[in-house]
Amino acid sequence: MNRKLVATAGLAACAALVMSGCAATPSAAPAGPVTITYSNFISNDGNEDNLSKIVDAFEKENKNITVDVKTLPYGDYGTALQTDLAAGTAADVFDIEYSNYASYQANGVLAEIPVDNADAYRGTLLDAYATDGKQYALPSSFSDVVLYYNADLFDAAGVDYPTNDWTWEDEKAAALKLTDKAKGVWGDHQPVSFYEYYKALAQNGGDFLAKDGKSVAFNSPEGIEAAKWLVEKSGTVMPTIEQGQGTADFDTNLFKDGKLAMLHTGIWVFGAVADVPFTWDIAVEPGNTDKASAVFSNAVGVSATSKHTEAAAKWAEFLTSSDTMVQTRLDAGWELPPISDEDALATYLDKGAPANRKAVFDSLDGIALPPVVAKGQTEMQDITGEELVEAQAGRKTVEEALKSAEKRINAVIGG
Amino acid sequence: MTTIPAVLPAVDEVVQPNAPRPSARRGRSRRARVTYALTVLAFILPSAIPLAMFTLGPMVAAAWVSLHEWNLLAPMTWVGLDNYRSLLADPRTGDVFLHTIYYIAGYLPLVYIGGLTLALALNTALKGRSLLRGVYFLPVITSWIVVALVWRWLLNPSNGIVNTVLEAFGIAGPGWWSDPAWAMPSIILASAWKDIGFVMVILLAGLQAINQDLYDAAKVDGAGWWRRLVSVTLPLLSPSTFFVVVISLINGFQVFDQVYAMTGGGPGGASQVVVQQIYDLTFRYGKAGEASALSWLLFAVVLFVTVIQIRGQKRWVNYG
Repeated sequence: MNRKLVATAGLAACAALVMSGCAATPSAAPAGPVTITYSNFISNDGNEDNLSKIVDAFEKENKNITVDVKTLPYGDYGTALQTDLAAGTAADVFDIEYSNYASYQANGVLAEIPVDNADAYRGTLLDAYATDGKQYALPSSFSDVVLYYNADLFDAAGVDYPTNDWTWEDEKAAALKLTDKAKGVWGDHQPVSFYEYYKALAQNGGDFLAKDGKSVAFNSPEGIEAAKWLVEKSGTVMPTIEQGQGTADFDTNLFKDGKLAMLHTGIWVFGAVADVPFTWDIAVEPGNTDKASAVFSNAVGVSATSKHTEAAAKWAEFLTSSDTMVQTRLDAGWELPPISDEDALATYLDKGAPANRKAVFDSLDGIALPPVVAKGQTEMQDITGEELVEAQAGRKTVEEALKSAEKRINAVIGG
Repeated sequence: MTTIPAVLPAVDEVVQPNAPRPSARRGRSRRARVTYALTVLAFILPSAIPLAMFTLGPMVAAAWVSLHEWNLLAPMTWVGLDNYRSLLADPRTGDVFLHTIYYIAGYLPLVYIGGLTLALALNTALKGRSLLRGVYFLPVITSWIVVALVWRWLLNPSNGIVNTVLEAFGIAGPGWWSDPAWAMPSIILASAWKDIGFVMVILLAGLQAINQDLYDAAKVDGAGWWRRLVSVTLPLLSPSTFFVVVISLINGFQVFDQVYAMTGGGPGGASQVVVQQIYDLTFRYGKAGEASALSWLLFAVVLFVTVIQIRGQKRWVNYG
């Protein structure tokens, strides 16, 4: 290689560095047309077209902005986002969940979003994504978990349908009657997981975290009872792990096949079970000492390194508060729009199956929010699930599993 | 480009080890020696540069990261040897090494005996053996993700082919990858199936290098099939066996793709292996420092095991 060539290549490399350095400076006002990227999991598995409707409406209103959508399955999304953020390749706008908002905000990856229509949002939801009076994400939806039931199986077994007043005892009695192992019919399904556990704990009057948030409080009589409530379903009224319980979509498929009488899952499954050949409905989840339903909220953030923060914030606002979004979500039963307009939300009640849509709102009377820690959120969730499954598989007693979970989680979140 | 002709004699020298090197080197000018060095460099660089960029560089960087706390998002903070201390104190570390050793202990005998059987069968005058050799090698060049998904499907506890067939024979199949006790055996089975062709090819080459006269002599002495296998084939195959064992052990310690795609380390951490743990620590838990420390721990273990093997080869490897 000759010297001139080396010099030229070096010069080109320097120039490239300088130019990319310039490009990295955020421009205050996008003069020409801009393309922003949006990575999401909320539309995955059935709502891709609904998201497209919102994108189309936004692009029509903002002729110089194009939204490039990337959709990932929920299971892979968190890892992909973390990696993209670390590599500096995150999308301009990306989905987050309530439970990891705190850690993303603390790590400075979220840009502040100016909000001029705060009244449009449900106050509690908007506040959940504000830190020190500044908005760092906008709620895009909320949803809750209800009790689905196969009315035909209830009729066949001569059992009364679940009502909003049901307790664990009612659920257990019905589940036992409905289970017919010879026919492969199971009475109940509730995942043995972190998400079900913190909720069951709240339904039993217990706390997941101690007040200071640096240690867990579930190794208590209430906690042990709640864990047993979940674990002891396995093999009696619910399939065991060996029978496939706990694998992806196992429970919804079993329900769709007409082999499951009761199913604890979120309202995001409405679409997936819409076309089943039997009658089904929903009720508020039974509680024990308390009524507590899991409420989840998704949100969108604008990347702190975005080159088009203004356009990105515009899209974030449209995606979370526009009329198009409200109408699309309500029509499709795609969770619930995070809006304050109760009249608009009321139209949700008449949008078809399930008949008892009122249960979705009734569930909000007593809610359980996920426990959130500043450091080690995912690890805390994984350890809880892992130890509960140990108890479910019979390798540990419930007491041993909770004790072990307590020790392991405290070591992670205590620091 | 103009330098090539000047260099040719040097290349000749390299490929002719018996050439009278000292006399050739004597009268050589300084310029010629520089040219020679540059040529050697030119030949080494195409593999040395990627090695430095993608192996040595990251290794050094990982050593640096392992002395810090880093969640990939916020800046790193120096913690000294804390990551190593907390790893050694964490019972999970022992678990993931035990699971990895469990994997190797199941995988290695299976893949070796399977590969040897195939190699012996395909070393005979079997009809269509070229086709069979190709067929058995096919899984080796197939992507792990594809293989893992197919095996997940085959071993599906409720509607997979394997359990359906077992049911037809009145056997209740296990929960395979969904059952903590069967998760690792499922991974071992899929891994052995995929790699058996590789082992077969290596051993087949070894078998074909064995002098046929030795078998004839053994036959004359009255040695049966088994005797010939144990006293002629296996000793003379030992260099190939050694290669297979060393490579399989190193790969075995680094097992990841199939675990990630088949079980993700579950259920309940039952198939969590070292590299899956490194992955989870980095990308799920934001503990890149601890993950880097675990990578170095794994490197130390693999190095130790490999050194032991190379030392031990004198005892059983026969280079004839």
